Amino acid sequence: MNNWFKSGQPWIWLNAGAVSISLIMVFGLILLIGVRGLSYFWPSNVIDARYVLPSGETTRLVGEIDSVESIPRVQAESSGYEFDFESEKLTRYLIKTGNRDVTGADFQVVFADFVQDIKYPENLLVIERHEWGNFYGFLRQVKENGQVVAEGENARQELEARLDRATELHDRIMDIQKGEIGSINYQLERLRLEERALELDDELTPQRQQELASQREALNAEYETLRETMNELYGKIRRDSIVAETMSGRQIDIPMAKMVRIYYPNSMGVPGKIGFYFAKVWEFVSGEPREANTEGGIFPAIFGTVMMVLIMSVLVTPFGVIAAIYLREYAKQGLIIRTIRVAVNNLAGVPSIVYGVFGLGFFVYFLGGNIDQLFFPEALPAPTFGTPGILWSSLTLALLTLPVVIVSTEEGLSRIPRSIREGSLALGATKAETLWRTVIPMASPAMMTGLILAVARAAGEVAPLMLVGVVKLAPSLPLDGNFPYLHMERKFMHLGFHIYDVGFQSPNVEAARPLVYATSLLLIVVIIALNLSAIYIRNRLREKYQALEGG
Amino acid sequence: MNTKNMTHGINLENLDRSQEASHIEDERLAIRVENLNLHYGPTQALFNISMGIPEHKVTAFIGPSGCGKSTLLRCFNRMNDLVDSCRVSGKITLDGENIYSKKINVAELRRKIGMVFQKPNPFPKSIYENVAYGLRIQGVKDKRRLDESVEKALKGAALWDEVKDRLQENALGLSGGQQQRLVIARAIAIEPEVLLLDEPASALDPISTLKIEELIYELKKQYTIVIVTHNMQQAARVSDYTAFLYLGEVVEFQDTNTLFTNPGEKKTEDYITGRYG
Repeated sequence: MNNWFKSGQPWIWLNAGAVSISLIMVFGLILLIGVRGLSYFWPSNVIDARYVLPSGETTRLVGEIDSVESIPRVQAESSGYEFDFESEKLTRYLIKTGNRDVTGADFQVVFADFVQDIKYPENLLVIERHEWGNFYGFLRQVKENGQVVAEGENARQELEARLDRATELHDRIMDIQKGEIGSINYQLERLRLEERALELDDELTPQRQQELASQREALNAEYETLRETMNELYGKIRRDSIVAETMSGRQIDIPMAKMVRIYYPNSMGVPGKIGFYFAKVWEFVSGEPREANTEGGIFPAIFGTVMMVLIMSVLVTPFGVIAAIYLREYAKQGLIIRTIRVAVNNLAGVPSIVYGVFGLGFFVYFLGGNIDQLFFPEALPAPTFGTPGILWSSLTLALLTLPVVIVSTEEGLSRIPRSIREGSLALGATKAETLWRTVIPMASPAMMTGLILAVARAAGEVAPLMLVGVVKLAPSLPLDGNFPYLHMERKFMHLGFHIYDVGFQSPNVEAARPLVYATSLLLIVVIIALNLSAIYIRNRLREKYQALEGG
Repeated sequence: MNTKNMTHGINLENLDRSQEASHIEDERLAIRVENLNLHYGPTQALFNISMGIPEHKVTAFIGPSGCGKSTLLRCFNRMNDLVDSCRVSGKITLDGENIYSKKINVAELRRKIGMVFQKPNPFPKSIYENVAYGLRIQGVKDKRRLDESVEKALKGAALWDEVKDRLQENALGLSGGQQQRLVIARAIAIEPEVLLLDEPASALDPISTLKIEELIYELKKQYTIVIVTHNMQQAARVSDYTAFLYLGEVVEFQDTNTLFTNPGEKKTEDYITGRYG
């Protein structure tokens, strides 16, 4: 035994064990998030069953089995149920019954023992709607302008054909609303601000006023024509509706304008389900959120996250690199510089929410407020930069990640051999030329390492952003087709905040939970993608300046 | 003792050195050192050094480790400025100007006095860019002029034939000896007046050392060369004048033949006969 200890074997086993545990934890995490997140998009079969309580009370159950859990009998009995059989454990289903507009709830909790006659009817229809969540039920009639045009078997084909038309119309309406009308509103707002600015400068001559008025006129006229088109489209889209029967036997009218897509999960084969699955994934990645973010896509959040990280990188890299160059190359190494270095390192340990508070107080209220006073007086009292936005978020995170960049850059600079610097100086280069032409290029891989660490930290940070710019739902992206294209003052959506919001702040937590996993998975993917691209750039630089390895 | 037999099989006559005794008093001086003292913090490293470096000759500094020969060499292009605690007093004049006066632009001075270090230190750039580095610093952008200078410098450093087909390859791919010649090419590309060599062959194999030594012999036609070496045979082979330094003082400065065959000082004789060092 003693020999075994001396041989160093236990030490190796200990190390290997620690590595394995770390690996298992990381893969377990990714696996859990991956499985839970990705299974959300799979169209599972919908049951149609009878739910018979011991009291004899019978109801009909139509819905997807969302989850299965096992609970102790005592727990069930304490909530008022009685059971006539012997069993310590009871199985409980959480069934997604949808039809929130009819029943008031999306989910129903049932005991597996009371569920009887489970069937999977082929004609069971699921409708994804723009509002009120999913609908589960049976198609009865298709109507045009209130008149029944198809019933029974024909209704199914009729519905599909008419729904294509309705979705197309819906897309066009959304395009006009978001694109053209949005653009007109933006221009009208700019005109208003221009007029106000002229007024403030006492330069609003009647002639100028007239010009502005005529521009406004033109825009309004444009708007009128668009509105007419819209009205026409709205009229068209309202034409069709269906009558469907819910599990309780009630017949309700659903306008096709409200439908996102329909499907018959029980009659779909595996290929059909796979196709459906990828369509859903694509919608999730590229679409806009619906229903308080609990349905639809999260594209604005992906876009906001990536853009915020990119702006942060652009801000933090020059800052950190310049500071590090001063600290390492120019400053006289002494007590003061040592103190500064310790302070910088300690900044990395400050809780991020503190940066958020600082960002709100300094960037948003002080800097932003003053910028508004100086450059956007025409918009006051409505703030332009004096309110949380993507610029301030990026700046706050740049501040948060600054120590990382400084420390890595300093390390990189200190690893450049003295002989290289002397070689350059001996050729008549000044210190600045030596830095620019030789030292900084050679230290660039280290700077990239700093940036990689910064990106990894910044992309996952949520707490400070809640104070300085992230919102639940941003009406427009920070980058769009309206001049000046990049709107740094706008608020934005963020994947991390989206997870928090959907998981804990949404009215329908149960329905949104799989979305939390899916969003988490996406956040991880986005961070990995950002990191991989930075690592790729660093490796390219390393190849170019491989001298470091040789010393 | 017979210097002619002290070499690594290289006969001094092969180097075609003029054997007639030359005298430092007759030479034109490129650099003049007057009462130079140098301190690193509280310790003094060089003591009251006065000497003249003759033009278009090879002057060698020899002496045991830590005697200050590299420090003295680095005074000539003010490389010691990089050391914070270093203080220099006294005078070094180049072309009649004190290089330690406040008016001197150090970068310009270093263009006139090139330096090659102990270990080859090429930049992690292409061979071409390494040689063109000094010219680019001076703001030369004309492609033709750069090409010409690079070729001339590489030929001057006897490297052209080996690298002419791979000028765009990374300089770090060259062998140690080639790298050192590249560094010499880099130094002569900016056409300095003086070339300082700080143990240029100490990290190289014998063949590369021989090449460097032949190169030094060629280069002295155009440049004033000061070489620090640990290797007395090397000093004997390549230099016209030799200074023996000991504990921060110049003990003896003579033409090489005299110093090696008939040293004037006891300490010099002890050193070159291997009693210490």
